[in-house]
Amino acid sequence: MSSTFETVANIITETCDIPREKIKPESHAINDLGIDSLDFLDIAFAIDKTFGIKMPLEQWTQEVNEGKATTDQYFVLQNLCARIDELVAAKTAVKL
Amino acid sequence: MRLEYFRLIDRILEFDPVGRTIRAEAVVPTESPIFEGHFPGYPLMPGVMLLETMAQASGWLIIGVTRFNRMPFLAAFKEAKLRTFVTPGQTLIASAKLTHEGSGFAVTESEIAIEGKRVCNADITFRVVDFPTPQFRVGMQEVAVAIEFPFEAVANG
Repeated sequence: MSSTFETVANIITETCDIPREKIKPESHAINDLGIDSLDFLDIAFAIDKTFGIKMPLEQWTQEVNEGKATTDQYFVLQNLCARIDELVAAKTAVKL
Repeated sequence: MRLEYFRLIDRILEFDPVGRTIRAEAVVPTESPIFEGHFPGYPLMPGVMLLETMAQASGWLIIGVTRFNRMPFLAAFKEAKLRTFVTPGQTLIASAKLTHEGSGFAVTESEIAIEGKRVCNADITFRVVDFPTPQFRVGMQEVAVAIEFPFEAVANG
């Protein structure tokens, strides 16, 4: 978890020029860090590439729009990192 | 090319849905009102239209890979370089490779060459969404026919 967070935080710093010390596990990417949707595409691209996954952003957006999930579940960084870890685990399980 | 209509791709030469690449031909017209301003007495293909040409080639690649089910919209250029002047009458070969297909977005590497020499290149990001209307999709399919998009390659991909 901690290494995933460190990796994601570094990606955000490099992509959005946000000082690393401002990025915390409880930070909300949109509400706290002010990351807009275009910058988040760059972040998603970097996360997909780095972790070898495909974050289901469209599914997450649909769930939020339909009221089945909150943005906190996907955009608070510690939650985002948990989703990333799940996706990586699922990919590894498929390979096994 | 019909610059005033932003119809920049004349013909799809190759579409490889497995390798996720495309090549397209685009001939810069010898005359256009655009050249009256860009520039008076020294007509040059505007750089923004070279970027748009690469975006359109990439766009047809994404449309083909998604089997005409999804529409890419330009979101960002990175590492865009315009390496030399492009003038009326020149034949451009625009090519693109899909380097990443994300959820709701895609990234390509694209370039334009003239007689084998690269004249510009860029990394391009698109938002990829369902066609906003059925008519939009039909319209794009009609354009695809006009530019000889190889539909059989989509079926076989």
